Amino acid sequence: MASAHSIDDVIPYTVAPREDTGLNNVKLGIWLFLASEVMLFGALFAGYLLLRVGATDWPEGRTYLSVPWAFTNTLVLISSSVTMVMAWASLIRKDLGKYRLWMGLTVLGGFGFLIIKYIEYSSKFHHGYFPETNTFLAIYFTLTALHGLHVISGMAVNGYLLGPGTKMWQTEPQRFTNRVEAAGLFWHFVDLVWIFLFPILYLL
Amino acid sequence: MTDHAGHDDGHGHHEELGFWRKYVFSVDHKVIGIQYAITGLLFLFFGFCLMMLMRWQLAFPGSPLPVIGGLLSRGMPGGIMLPEFYNELGAMHGTIMVFLGVVPLAVGGFGNFVLPLQIGAPDMAFPRLNMASYWSFFLGGAVMFASFFLPQGAAQSGWTSYPPLSNIAPSGQTAWLIGMIFLITSSLLGSVNFIVTTIQLRVKGLSFFRLPFFVWSQFVTAFLLLLAFPPLEAAGVMQLMDRLAGTSFFMPDGLVVSGNALEVSGGGSPILWQHLFWFLAHPEVYVLILPALGIVAEIVANNTRKPLWGYKSMVYAVVALGFLSFIVWAHHMFLTGMGTIMSAFFQTTTMIISIPSVIILTALILSLWGGSIRFNTPMLFALAFLPMFGIGGLTGLPLGLTAADIHLHDTYYVIGHFHYVVAPGTIFALFAGVYYWYPKATGRRMSEVLGKLHFWPSFFFMNGIFFPMLIQGMAGMSRRMYDGGMTYAHNESVLWLNKVISFSAWGLALAQIPFVLNFFLSLRKPKEAGANPWLATTIEWAAPSPPGHGNFAEVPVAYRGPYEYSVPGDAEDYTPQFDPASARTS
Repeated sequence: MASAHSIDDVIPYTVAPREDTGLNNVKLGIWLFLASEVMLFGALFAGYLLLRVGATDWPEGRTYLSVPWAFTNTLVLISSSVTMVMAWASLIRKDLGKYRLWMGLTVLGGFGFLIIKYIEYSSKFHHGYFPETNTFLAIYFTLTALHGLHVISGMAVNGYLLGPGTKMWQTEPQRFTNRVEAAGLFWHFVDLVWIFLFPILYLL
Repeated sequence: MTDHAGHDDGHGHHEELGFWRKYVFSVDHKVIGIQYAITGLLFLFFGFCLMMLMRWQLAFPGSPLPVIGGLLSRGMPGGIMLPEFYNELGAMHGTIMVFLGVVPLAVGGFGNFVLPLQIGAPDMAFPRLNMASYWSFFLGGAVMFASFFLPQGAAQSGWTSYPPLSNIAPSGQTAWLIGMIFLITSSLLGSVNFIVTTIQLRVKGLSFFRLPFFVWSQFVTAFLLLLAFPPLEAAGVMQLMDRLAGTSFFMPDGLVVSGNALEVSGGGSPILWQHLFWFLAHPEVYVLILPALGIVAEIVANNTRKPLWGYKSMVYAVVALGFLSFIVWAHHMFLTGMGTIMSAFFQTTTMIISIPSVIILTALILSLWGGSIRFNTPMLFALAFLPMFGIGGLTGLPLGLTAADIHLHDTYYVIGHFHYVVAPGTIFALFAGVYYWYPKATGRRMSEVLGKLHFWPSFFFMNGIFFPMLIQGMAGMSRRMYDGGMTYAHNESVLWLNKVISFSAWGLALAQIPFVLNFFLSLRKPKEAGANPWLATTIEWAAPSPPGHGNFAEVPVAYRGPYEYSVPGDAEDYTPQFDPASARTS
């Protein structure tokens, strides 16, 4: 918005919380968004359940998938959630330098996850395992690809907040902190989805 | 829109935005609301045209359609409709009317324009998301529209896209799925915005039980969109995988198509799609009807000059409807063989959900009692809504009972039933809303004469279309007959009704001419409607007509409930929410 009086100036509670609800608009918005995400992944998990219950035989995840890689990826993603919290906490302590460090590590964690996922995918393709091979692999590829898209979106947001988005810290520090908090909530959600995916696809 | 009108709220002069930012890529909820409304009206008309073509084939099966038939060479070579084209028209009529017509007009249009004004907000909570929501909707609509120009045409597996048929259908189905993903994204962005706006941006004094019923209806609708659409998105992703990556989510074992066994891994479940689809599509029915109830409630209170009868019961009922609408979906699937226990459960919840619907309708009818009713155009449409929605709702009960559904399922009775809810029901309410809020949006009143010329023929023809369908359905006529059902002996006694219905449909089209004229000619009138032309009580009438940037000259305060009409002892027969003059509590 180039205009000196952008629309944000007239809308209340973009930064400070409203007294009777105790929330600012962004925080309420991100929680509602996450509620819809729960329904999205919930529907896919329900689909998985229904297909598996109805199947005559269902392979164990281990026969196709690599548990060690997935376990490593779980650790990578959980660590990046921790660094995300540290990034937000650094902003609350007004330490932009620390924020950059922790946020950088968070984005790096995302990259690490994607690289491992790439190694996993290409080894599947190498062995001739594709989505059309059977319904287990179909649901595996669909769920992990959708989750991967979420990881990429989270990294894009975090990357923006690490790079050009940081400018806001100079003018509106509280608003910037709120943004990082909202991005953090999304990132934790992406993490949480993986924590469900890992046992369901690889272990059960 | 000019923004002088006392809008100097300490910001001083606002920079004038250029044409593109002001009317096209606007972040102002009023402009976005109008964009949604106009796009929605255009799609309603387009969807209606598809249906009018189908009605030709049903009334005169196999006869060449003069003039227009010659223009549609792919689907109607020599003016005679191909069965595939008939299927395209049917699938796209449903899709367009629901997702591109009614919902964008009811939620995107009226919700965006009216809701922030009714709660005294300067705009929606997230104006840029609001713009993104409109453009995502627009892209979805463009994809759907463009799919008619694919070599094998648009989707032709019904608006429900049941697999395995939809999985093996031509490429139009892929376009349908991609279009749906845009539309789902749009409604997600919109619904988050509506909920946050309602919770956060209510002005001082506007507690939840002082919200106009319209705001409540939009609020509940937004939750339905937020939580019911994602499962369809999941299903859409799975169907895309089936179509593009060769998976078998919805492909059962041993499927044979045209004598050849399909080369798929199998093991999928077509019923899974139906569950996921109806998990959205039943709440979607309430997305279609709740905003309409909200509009009718506003207009009934205003034109009876009485408070709504049982406002609180209506609010509780609408919230109950919201919850219950998530646990009735499988009443669309009684005949899938899902089992008697499941059927009994969904039959029970379906009977229960009729209770809150009846509470709302009863409250609206009782609101008329003893009122000195003003029969203006918005009120005529709102009054017609009540019995039409009543017929639509009551004809639904036999469909919700598993035994009666065996006979009625997939007949024209079903079409008659749900069209009574959404066509003379919801669409009448939407017309009522257009006539009612047009002065707020433009500063000009619409013509009452043209309005009545629009109403009475529309009312007549609507019933001419949908009542005969109930009769045909009771006789057992299937809803999916390309030839109008003439090959089945049991349809013989009701075949003549096909012509009645078709001529009524074309008559209904003619009845819309006064509306189109009224809509455009009224724009040339002087702006003399004033802030509160209907002498109404809710907060949107405190803003100038049309409202400028930021909506209100000064931030309003809510001093009382939304429908303080004919308060004993007051000089006027209406006491606005925003009027401090006789500031009593409650």
